[in-house]
Parts: sequence; structure tokens; C-alpha cells
Amino acid sequence: MTTRKRNGEAPPVEQVAGNGLLHRRALLGRGIMLAGAAATGAGTSSTSAAAEPLKEDPWSLTMGSISLPRQVPSRFENHVVRTLSNPNHEFRNSHGRTPHHLLHGTITPAALHFTICHSGLPDIDPEKHRLVVHGLVKEPKIFSLEDLARYPMVTRPCFLECGGNSAPMFSKEPLQVNAQAIHGLVSNSEWTGVLLSTLLEETGIDPKAKWFLAEGADSLALHRSVPVKKGLDDAMIALYQNGERIMPGNGYPMRLLLPGYQGNMNIKHVRRIKLLDQPAMSFYESKTYSQIIPGGKAWLFHFLQEVKSFITQPSFGHSMKGPGTYEVSGVAYSGTGRIARVMVSADGGKSWGQAALQGPVMPQAFTRFRMPWRWDGQPAVLQSRAWDEAGNVQPTRAEFVAVRGEASAPVSPLGFPNQHYNAITSWGIDNNGAIKHVYA
Amino acid sequence: MSTRNLLLSIPLALALGSTVLGSAALAQQGPNLGKPITEADVGAWNLDVLSDGTGLPAGSGTPAQGAPIYSQKCAVCHGEKGEKPAPGYGPMIGLHEFKTIDAPKTVTYYRYATTLFDVIRRSMPFPTPKTLTNQEVYALTAYILSINKLIGENDVMNAQTLPKVKMPMADNFIVRFPDRI
Repeated sequence: MTTRKRNGEAPPVEQVAGNGLLHRRALLGRGIMLAGAAATGAGTSSTSAAAEPLKEDPWSLTMGSISLPRQVPSRFENHVVRTLSNPNHEFRNSHGRTPHHLLHGTITPAALHFTICHSGLPDIDPEKHRLVVHGLVKEPKIFSLEDLARYPMVTRPCFLECGGNSAPMFSKEPLQVNAQAIHGLVSNSEWTGVLLSTLLEETGIDPKAKWFLAEGADSLALHRSVPVKKGLDDAMIALYQNGERIMPGNGYPMRLLLPGYQGNMNIKHVRRIKLLDQPAMSFYESKTYSQIIPGGKAWLFHFLQEVKSFITQPSFGHSMKGPGTYEVSGVAYSGTGRIARVMVSADGGKSWGQAALQGPVMPQAFTRFRMPWRWDGQPAVLQSRAWDEAGNVQPTRAEFVAVRGEASAPVSPLGFPNQHYNAITSWGIDNNGAIKHVYA
Repeated sequence: MSTRNLLLSIPLALALGSTVLGSAALAQQGPNLGKPITEADVGAWNLDVLSDGTGLPAGSGTPAQGAPIYSQKCAVCHGEKGEKPAPGYGPMIGLHEFKTIDAPKTVTYYRYATTLFDVIRRSMPFPTPKTLTNQEVYALTAYILSINKLIGENDVMNAQTLPKVKMPMADNFIVRFPDRI
């Protein structure tokens, strides 16, 4: 079905999939899209009341407030915050989740980047912090932050995702929580630092080295094993996040960045890199991040955060403001490389239309996708599905569950029944415009 | 590589279509500011224990020696005798088989018993990590393995015996992405 050209002015906007999904070309010009919408009579019906005459508001009639050395968001944005799993700072870990449903674009503001702190935020003096590289190297070396600041640096966007992100979706029943609760343990920053390969070039590598352990300066001395192959490929000792020093919860003053690999491996506050001929079999790789698969076996070394996408606008917690034209938007990413394609469905996966990808599309980084949609006020189920450049495709929930299973017990939104969930998320919209989390 | 060569290599790498991300191609040679350090001087941080026993210190401990230390330093969170932990903590006594994908995981899930020694020595007790002696760590390791029926009540844990403890899940792990190792 296509919309009809009425005045001979606006080109038709093609409907590309069921339930009102429009061709992504409609994004190229608002005029086209609105003309198309008008042609069907499905305009902005609920907001079409005549506007009131303009007047001056108080803020236009007086000098504003003082500029601060470090800006803070408008007081009207105070609700745009992370949700905390351990607000009373008890002796255990603490998760801060990114409010994806309130953000746009691709870069997560550093203050809203997700954090998982296993023993609080260490108060590290950057002048005293050291990074030692030792073990199976030709010459062990120790570096200060000041030293590293003189090394050649690189800058790249990169997503970080906890292996347990989206774990609420292991629940047999869809939990009625928002994108922040389900997917809030992934964020995307621009990182600047020194490639680990640069430092390894300086220390030399014993050919027997196949792994390295990275260890943090936190009170747990949290450590993980990483193949040397990754260390020489694109691993970075990151010093800056979105142009400023790394936030304490994200690893101040330096962290290991392993593009596309499980968040916990990207050791924060990194103080030690030790090259080994075998993995260290640390607590976190032995237990937390080795997940049980159906049948009693378990997966070990699930390095990759696999191809995934989810819709952020509209999503649970929003409500539709009447029938009319909307932009469906979300993020897609893959640990393997670039996003190649995102398809969107408004009828629960019966039909799909190709979304526009906001460029530049960068490897192992958030890619924003957008899809024009004309909602007719009837029930709809919105889904997104991503493909990466290696040909990996995001599974449907049914495909995923067939391989990975579901939780046997009820799931708390803060719980982690299993790890590495990357299947499709579905938002169900009823004829009142309310949005629920559904399985479709 | 000299500074001059480094600068020359950048346009070359760009000409080859290298992006910022593929900057291994830039082969950035650092300014050589790392200071040499001996393995002995790394010692205070060099606590990792590998599954073959590499890194295990001298000393030993038994379940009987570990029980009072556990009661004094661990039970407040992990529960007396590994049962009834404080809210927010998992049990210390675990399953030997993991039949559901959300089965609770604890020590019994580890592929190697050496991981237990390592995590106690580097991370515990949570409020005061790295305050236990190696003898205490061996004793606590023995006690926790014993209450999980992974070793006998009179077994001695040391650098020779600990790596040999057979864990129930040892043969059940599948490396997910072997081509990335």
C-alpha cells in the first residue's frame, strides 16, 4: 500500500511494512512525511487545536542565572538519571543503569554511562597510580599516568556492555519494566588512550605468552584473562571518556578497553597486565560470567557481546499521543564489527521494513537507527532486528530460547538468571497508546 | 622507529585505508618511558594463582583449622557453616549439578579449586581484603571445600594437593569462542 499523491506537490511516501511502517526515505524531508500523513487524513489529530496567541515568558524578561565552571543539566531534566541497585552502599556490588528511554543520538553522557562497581569507587590518586606490564615479557616495565600521556593516542567510539545486560528477558513472562531496567547495562562513549600493543612493543613478548591477565586497583583486585591476540589487535589503555578523564565508576584514571568484549573484561582502574601461557581462571570468569546452558554444561570465555538492537523511542514508560506520524528509533551494536542493517516491524515480526542508519557507522559502537511510522491508533507490536557486517543476525526470542533456555524461577528486574541475552525486544502498544513489554 | 619514521607512517597508513581503529597499522612506537621493574618488586601485587598451582605459596591448612576463622571473618555475610547467608549474598554451599540455566552458582561451579584460594587471598574478607595470612587462606579454602563435600574432613590443602581437587563441573565447560584465543 502506498499513500496517494494529492496536490501534485509531495511525492508519495511508501508504506514498506504492515501496520504503518513508512519508507526510510521519508526521513529525508519532514515535508514529505507530513504531506504523506495528511494525505491519509491521519495527521496530528490529538494536537490539532488552534495555538494560543504568543506572550513573553518570565525567563525572557530577566537576566538568567550564573554560568557554572562545570555545567549541569536544566532542573527540568532532573528525572534523567541512572537507577541504582545498591543505593545504601551495602557491602556488595552496585549497578547504575543508563536511561536509554530518555536519551538520543549515540554517545552516552559520561555521567549516565552504566557502572557496575563490585566494591565501591576506589579513590585513586592519579599521580600515585601505576600500570605494570610483566610476566612472559622480555622486560617488565612500569608506567605512570604522566608517562602514558606522552604516548601516541587513538580515539574511537566504543560500546561497553555487561555480560548480564538484558538478563530480565530470561524471564518466562515479560517483566513490565522499561528499556533502562532491561538494557541499561550497555552504554557508548568515545574513548581515548594508548593502544596496549604500543606498550607490549616496548616490553617485548615471550612467544610462550597466549593470555594476559588484567587486574584493577580496586579492593577486590578484580582480574580477568584476555587472549594476547585481542591485546595486539585493538585493546586500549583508555585515559579519556568523551574527551575528559574517565569517570571513577568507569575506571579512573585508566581502564582496559577491549572493543566488543564482555564489559567485565574491560578492567577498570587497571594496574597490572601479566602475560601468561594459560588463562588465570579468575573468580569472575570461573563463576559469574561462565553461563549455564541447557543440559548441564556451561560456556566459558564468552568474550563477544553479540549483535543486538532495541527500540528506545517509543518504548515502555512512554505513551503515544494519538494516531499520527512518529519516528521509531533505537540503538544497534555488535561486538564483531559494524552494524550492516536494522529492520523494524510494527506487527510483531510479520512484516519488516529497513530502518535508516545514522552515519558514520563505526565498528563496536552504537549505531542509531530510525524508521518513520504512521500509527493508526490500533494495537501494534514494535520490534527491531540487527545484522552486523560479518553476517550475524540478532535472534528472535523464540530462536534464542530454543538454544539458551529460560529461567526456571521468577526473575527480579535486578537479577541475573543467566548471561549474554541478545534477542529481539518487543514493545506492545494498545489502542489507548499505552506501551507494554511483550514477547512476540 | 624514529619520530621521523613515525610521522611518515601516519600518512602511509591513511593512504592504505587504515582508520583510527585499525591503528595497529600505525605501529605506534612509544617514547620508551616505561621504567624497568623486577618480578620481585611486582611481588606485592603478584598474587594470582593459576589452575596448575603456579603462584600457590608455601603453607597449608585443614578444614578444622578453617572453621573458626570462617566463623569469625566470613559467616557475617556468607552464613554460619555456609548456610543462611545475609540478604543479598548467595549461599556458600552449592549444587554439584546445574540442571537449570538459572541454578545458583557458587564454589562448586568453579572449574578449578585454585580459584577459591585466589579469590579469598585477593578479595576477602570484603571489608578488609588482603589481611589474611597464607595459612589462613589455605585453612579457609580447605573448610569451604570440605563443607561442600569436595574434600574429606581431614584433608590438608597445600600447593601440591589443592590443584588436584576434582571439581564437579570440571569436565562440563565448553570454550565459547575458541577461534578468538
